[in-house]
Amino acid sequence: MRIPLAALIGLIFTALFFGAALFAPLIAPYGMAEIVGDVWEPPSDRFPLGTDSIGRDLLSRLVYGGQTTIFIATAATALSFVVGSVLGFFAAVSGGWIDQTLSRFIDLIMSIPTLIFALVVLSVTPTKIPILIVLMGLLDSTRVYRLARAVAVDITVMDYVEAARLRGEGTLWIIFRETLPNALSPLIAEMGLRFIFAVLFVSTLSFLGLGVQPPQADWGGIVKENKEGINYGIQAALYPAYAIALLCISINLVADWILGRTTSLKGGRG
Amino acid sequence: MTEPLLKVRGLRIGATIHPPGEKSRHIDIVHGVDFDLAPGRVLGLIGESGAGKSTIGLAAMAYGRGGVRITGGTVTLNGRDILSTPFRDVRRLRGGEVTYVSQSAAASFNPAKQIMEQVTEAAIFQGKFTRKEAEDRAIALFRKLGLPGPDTIGSRYPHQVSGGQLQRCMTALALCPQPDLVVFDEPTTALDVTTQIDVLAAIKEAIRDTGVAALYITHDLAVVAQVADDIMVLQQGRMVEMGTTDQIINAPKEDYTRALVSVRSITHDEKTPTQTPVLSVTDITARYSGTDFDVLKDITVDLHPGQTLAVVGESGSGKSTLARVITGLLPPSAGQITFAGRPLSPDLAARSKTDLRELQMIYQIADTAMNPRQTVGTIIGRPLEFYFGLRGAEKQRRIQELLDAIELGKGFQDRYPAELSGGQKQRVCIARALAAEPRLIICDEVTSALDPLVADGILKLLLSLQKSEDMAYLFITHDLATVRAIADSIAVMYQGRVLRYGPKSQALSPPFDDYTDLLLSSVPEMRLGWLEDVLDSRKMESGGN
Repeated sequence: MRIPLAALIGLIFTALFFGAALFAPLIAPYGMAEIVGDVWEPPSDRFPLGTDSIGRDLLSRLVYGGQTTIFIATAATALSFVVGSVLGFFAAVSGGWIDQTLSRFIDLIMSIPTLIFALVVLSVTPTKIPILIVLMGLLDSTRVYRLARAVAVDITVMDYVEAARLRGEGTLWIIFRETLPNALSPLIAEMGLRFIFAVLFVSTLSFLGLGVQPPQADWGGIVKENKEGINYGIQAALYPAYAIALLCISINLVADWILGRTTSLKGGRG
Repeated sequence: MTEPLLKVRGLRIGATIHPPGEKSRHIDIVHGVDFDLAPGRVLGLIGESGAGKSTIGLAAMAYGRGGVRITGGTVTLNGRDILSTPFRDVRRLRGGEVTYVSQSAAASFNPAKQIMEQVTEAAIFQGKFTRKEAEDRAIALFRKLGLPGPDTIGSRYPHQVSGGQLQRCMTALALCPQPDLVVFDEPTTALDVTTQIDVLAAIKEAIRDTGVAALYITHDLAVVAQVADDIMVLQQGRMVEMGTTDQIINAPKEDYTRALVSVRSITHDEKTPTQTPVLSVTDITARYSGTDFDVLKDITVDLHPGQTLAVVGESGSGKSTLARVITGLLPPSAGQITFAGRPLSPDLAARSKTDLRELQMIYQIADTAMNPRQTVGTIIGRPLEFYFGLRGAEKQRRIQELLDAIELGKGFQDRYPAELSGGQKQRVCIARALAAEPRLIICDEVTSALDPLVADGILKLLLSLQKSEDMAYLFITHDLATVRAIADSIAVMYQGRVLRYGPKSQALSPPFDDYTDLLLSSVPEMRLGWLEDVLDSRKMESGGN
């Protein structure tokens, strides 16, 4: 199997990010919340990226922050895909009033700006990571629902779905065996995109102080803690931004490649 | 001999294909074709799909569609090699010297512009005529092509005229700039037989009166025999045979041509009805929800075990809706259906597993009737698993038995539908229906999307399976040749009603009602002069009355 160069680059960087997240304690030179130097020290041999606003090692913060951010984004994306696509397929396969009720309810939720909705919910619930994940996952699942339903509506009118219905197959078979394999390509492309949005979303929440709580690190939190430094020409707040951008590009390179492979009608064996 | 208008020498056409997961590679579509076309002559290009006939037709306009490249040879039009002509001059050529009529007029007209504007566009753009002259020409052509209201039809939009009329408008569009050559690419294939005959007659007359030369591309030899002076038979990008229409039809030299000429020669002796029908449809009336119009009105037909009932009619006659009612996808508003002695529930959800199993369906388009992501083994194996609970080795054995029954050998189990040819796909669909061991199979236009020779094979297979498995077929089709080949009894449908119903011998012998007569006489016959004979006899009838 030949992997195109772009996909290979994406794959390497994605693997690096996820590897760093998994093995954070082994990679980070210092502890996450350990104060090891002066405020905003410039990069040096001891601190490759310098120190942050209260003298913690920035590289360690970034690695641990990546762990938190990537974990939350991954879990939220997975949740949104399971909930969104199953509901979307169910609506498309059932049709009629079930479809109408579900779709209008989803429209209702989507009409409220996501960030405002999240801020309101988080202001009354304790800001713990599981709650963050569930909230983000459910909010994002509305988008996935829309896509999954749109794709599935086109599939459910195909003759092979009608043939399955005439055979007497149940809804579950039609959803998982007839619809899902054919809807996978656009969903996977969407998954890359949604993962990135999830990274941005959790970073935004943390930046606003409603996401991951200090002293735990995450990329949005690191920007928040170091934002004053920008006034003094200190780069600390920009490193997490670079990390987000790089992760975003790599994930999409990989998603594009997977999309190309799964579009193959030979089951991707090629 | 005069200098030919179009001279094609050693034409080679290739394309780069990109099979998923494999390296892109170059394939040849046309392997060196030579022919001449004299001014005012009509050359029919005939062959099955993939024979390269459309590709050759477009090459006469120096055009390659969708990544297709002309890789060798010369195409000389009016003494000029058009393949080496710079693109600017090719633009003067297309729509000026050579024009094109496509298969689907509905998809080719711009729905947002009036017909007149589109018909005259090329003529005005090429500077051949002023707007006034072009419009006068268009109106004259509309009249010649027998369009209703020729003076005003140009101000309509494409959706406001029927499919057959639109196809004639397209012919007017092609003839309006006074070209030397028109390429007709399957102009009547998408039309009903009763419409096809009018369009065919109009095209033929227009060609004769304007003295234009034409390439007429079709897969239907009987159609091209009515229009063309000469015929070239193509197979997989190579010329098989070329000759005058008379010689090709009456004295074909090559085996392949003989096969094409003798297609649909299956004969089938009618069986006599038995005591108890397997399917009785009684007084069925149905409409789609949200409409106030009955698509089916008081349909009553019987189908006997081991026999074939052919439901014939043009598009919109309600024949597919009848299938939907019988399968339970559209519960009827009145009437009832008895299947194998049991009353059949109008609603699919309320039917027993036995009812579902014994009533199977085969679709027109095999591509969409099979899940592209399931292997042939899964597709055929699922009914075995679902209805009979077969697993493991026993299931594999039965799958292989079914594959043998449809004359596909070993090694097909692991293939995906995309790796099968059109005929093989339809065979797999037959095997899937067969797997359920049904009493009745509804065949909805199962051969319409296939090439004639492949369709013939499918029909033969269906007939032999009927004999060995004792199944009844409800055969929905618009093609009367197919009906003659396989039916035991026939129901002719028109506008939601059964006009004529009875055993084949009775239904197909006079006296006919007007519609059945029209339908029967519209089926192209493979002989010269058929079109004129039909039109003459119709003229006489209407004159006599």
